[in-house]
Amino acid sequence: MTGAAMNVAVVQFPGSNCDQDAFQLFAGGLGLPTRYVWHKETRLGDAGLVVLPGGFAYGDYLRCGAIARFSPVMGAVREHAQRGGLVLGICNGFQILCEAGLLPGALIRNSSLEYRCMTCELAVMDAGAAFNPGALGARIRLPIGHGEGNFRIDGPGRAGLEARRQVLLRYCDNPNGSLDDIAGVRNEAGNVFGMMPHPDRAFERFHPSRDGLGVARAILASGFPEFARRIA
Amino acid sequence: MTRASLPPNPEPGLNQPVTPELVSRHGLLPEEFGRIRGHLGRDPTLTELGIFSVMWSEHCSYKNTRPLLKGFPTERRAPAGGYGRVLVRAGEENAGIVDIGDGWAVAFKIESHNHPSAVEPFEGAATGVGGIIRDIFTMGARPVLVTNSLRFGELENPATRRLLRGVVAGIAHYGNCVGVPNVGGDVYFDRSYEGNPLVNALCLGTLRHGQIRRGKATGLGNPVYYVGAATGRDGLGGAAFASRELSAESASDRPAVQKGDPFMEKLLIEACLEMMAVPGLVVGIQDMGAAGLTCSTCETASRGGAGIEIELDRVPQREAGMNSYEIMLSESQERMLVIVQAGREREIEEIFAKWDLHAARVGKVTDTGRMVVTHHGVPVADIPASALTDGAPVYRRQARRPAYLDGTSRWTPEAAGLADLDAAGARDALPRLLAHPTIASKRWLYRQFDHMVQHGTAVEPGSDAGVVRLRLGGREKFLAVSNDGNGRYCYLNPRRGAAIAVAECLRNLACAGAAPLAMTDNLNFGNPYKPESFYQLSECVAGLAEACRFFDVPVVGGNVSLYNESPEGAIDPTPTVAVVGLIEDEAHITRQFAPAGRGRLILLGGAPAELGGSQFLGIVHGLKTGDAPALDLAAEKRLQDFLLAQIRAGRVSAAHDLSEGGLLVAVCEMLFGPGDPAAALDLSGLPAPRLDALLFGESQGRAVVAAAPADEAALLAAAGGAGVPAAPIGELTGGGALSVRTAHGPIEWPLAALRAAWETSIERAMARPGIG
Repeated sequence: MTGAAMNVAVVQFPGSNCDQDAFQLFAGGLGLPTRYVWHKETRLGDAGLVVLPGGFAYGDYLRCGAIARFSPVMGAVREHAQRGGLVLGICNGFQILCEAGLLPGALIRNSSLEYRCMTCELAVMDAGAAFNPGALGARIRLPIGHGEGNFRIDGPGRAGLEARRQVLLRYCDNPNGSLDDIAGVRNEAGNVFGMMPHPDRAFERFHPSRDGLGVARAILASGFPEFARRIA
Repeated sequence: MTRASLPPNPEPGLNQPVTPELVSRHGLLPEEFGRIRGHLGRDPTLTELGIFSVMWSEHCSYKNTRPLLKGFPTERRAPAGGYGRVLVRAGEENAGIVDIGDGWAVAFKIESHNHPSAVEPFEGAATGVGGIIRDIFTMGARPVLVTNSLRFGELENPATRRLLRGVVAGIAHYGNCVGVPNVGGDVYFDRSYEGNPLVNALCLGTLRHGQIRRGKATGLGNPVYYVGAATGRDGLGGAAFASRELSAESASDRPAVQKGDPFMEKLLIEACLEMMAVPGLVVGIQDMGAAGLTCSTCETASRGGAGIEIELDRVPQREAGMNSYEIMLSESQERMLVIVQAGREREIEEIFAKWDLHAARVGKVTDTGRMVVTHHGVPVADIPASALTDGAPVYRRQARRPAYLDGTSRWTPEAAGLADLDAAGARDALPRLLAHPTIASKRWLYRQFDHMVQHGTAVEPGSDAGVVRLRLGGREKFLAVSNDGNGRYCYLNPRRGAAIAVAECLRNLACAGAAPLAMTDNLNFGNPYKPESFYQLSECVAGLAEACRFFDVPVVGGNVSLYNESPEGAIDPTPTVAVVGLIEDEAHITRQFAPAGRGRLILLGGAPAELGGSQFLGIVHGLKTGDAPALDLAAEKRLQDFLLAQIRAGRVSAAHDLSEGGLLVAVCEMLFGPGDPAAALDLSGLPAPRLDALLFGESQGRAVVAAAPADEAALLAAAGGAGVPAAPIGELTGGGALSVRTAHGPIEWPLAALRAAWETSIERAMARPGIG
């Protein structure tokens, strides 16, 4: 990957409702070339980072993400990931990536059985060179907004996540019952990221924090060494 | 004139004779039936009777309130700062529109879904949100916020908890999925709402002046499209249902409650806004809300001075075998009627195909002035469109001042022998007030609502007003919204209580740093055929109108919900008011939360000794009595202007209006923010004939501001010049205690305990064993 491909594609599923938020994080917050990709498209062009935004894709009347994973665009997302391209799923995007098997684990109903919209304190885990407390700070604050963010994984998967340092973020005060307070994970290869908290709600002056910018930069830096140097 | 009867309906069951009993079951009076015959020149068919019954229901026709509503100012006398002009007035369209400058405008309205929510709280509240969002995007605006005004019975009652849980889950289900942030509202708990909760939802959207769309059918031969969800048998006659009193049998009306599909709504928003952005494509558009296909067709025709013809066979239907009565009266959700420029049918069909939505051509615009409905090739309804709208009856009901007012308005604590609090009594009372669900933190509700989606929320729920950033082309402005409406005040003094609702909304906006733009209101009252209820209604409307004229705040729309009665009686008269305001400069956004660190607290507006209508009387003494607090409109205006001026001058670090619970509750709420400061108050210099009135009385026209020590002198001097009473009442401190010196002795509370009482009260009441 080179700096030339440093542009961002935000996928729009029917029912996505944080597509503009994600767009603004990358376009407005970081000043990167950013565009939307409609779910019926089957090509992602030269995108360096593909973002699956929050929302309720296809209404999520079944399990969250269960229909979206079959969307035409998901074939291209899978190929992009397999080629080593960067993928970020935020909230509903995280749920879709888990359903599609691009990230380990599953997200079930919050233990409160209620939706939760609030700002959470998160502990940053050491998940590699770009994504670690040294780069982001030990604690960050990001909003959440979800009814199904309770992360679950089987025993061997759980051990694997820890052994390979795939956990990105943990809740300091668990809002949804997630196993091991897990708020975000990456895949084994380190190019697919998913998180329930919203970096796309933490970048404007009036937001609860601007930590979303750091999270977005960390993810970009993991795939774009040049970008990492430029923002260092 | 006698006209020929229509041919028999293809559905034999619809050809039964229209008997007086059938007329009565449709909620129509004998004289109204006579009026229908006059409009038609013959007897109506059963389908037509159904159409008239929903269009002439209070919900659609405002037949008992229209003369009253004429008293509202609908225009602004003096548009300020290059904005504030009303572009679409109340009653013209689905929502009013106000100019916010630079070629942009906001469309907003509040609407009730009380009766459906009483019977089926989840779907009732959910479809209430869906309906009001449709009213806004129908105008061409992109919805950017919703708020709610909610009223419930007492939380100790398990039935109330079931309703609250259902209503909140329903609002969350719908609003969260559609992706419109829920940035505020107000919630009261009072026995009068037992069995008849109020669920009022507001939506606001932004648009350019040139994007305003109208619900008008014009252009002979233009095709009429039906877009969105298919029609089913749900919600049959919901508007008529909403225009009756709730009774023990209301649960069997559950089929009159609709079921919402927020995903469909989200697709409709996007598809409709995409369609409306194409120049010249859309001639008129209206959502199918109350009275569904009936209301949207006859209203668009009537507004356009045209006729409309629709073929029911072309209407997408969810189930087979629906007859014309059912199709016309269905209130299935997420449907729109669109009149398209002839010759451009393919363009709209392509847009809706992109979103995988129905777009069915169901009819055309005519020049007959009539609404003609055919089914299986046979005309089943043929009615002058204006007969259903402008031709609806209008009544001036009889009003009688309720007898209870003689007793309550003369009540005083002295005459009643009500002992004043001593310091120990005051120490006990404060945590009780803070824990009462009307005063307590509403976090249990708003944490279930997505209040941050669209990444524009600048002040989250929990402060005096919700604030969102509006992106207007290259510019940013901030919009504040506040909801208010104290039913207790309106019960004790309908006219003044309603005026207080307006004043408090404006005070909230001033505390947030916003200049008011315009108002929308939802009138929730009992049965207008009862003279005491009608008195409350007409007095409240007069109070709202007076206050709006005084403050030059136009009313740009709203909703009327009557028959709010359960077997226990009518609700307290409850006009819920919402005012929106603008903040031009981000630096002027002000929250109610005092910052950590040193600061002074200053009481603005003085300390009259009033107890009437207070939460204190209700919570501590079990009384709903006394007169509503006095309201001096001129003093209120001076206070608001002063607050805005001082905020703009940068001298205010936090501001909070005094309302339910009075002075001490307001100070506590300022301390319960992220900064977590403590405070030492000295109230010994304030006149205090009664300690209870000083600490917990609800006198109007007041606010507390926090200011840096260096700004205090300038702020006090400015108050003197502005004629606003200002009294330094204490300091922000560290240390974790609230201490108050009074002429009756010192009182102190550990803040953590007060905060816990306030913050977790509703959560504790709503907790479910084993879930968390």
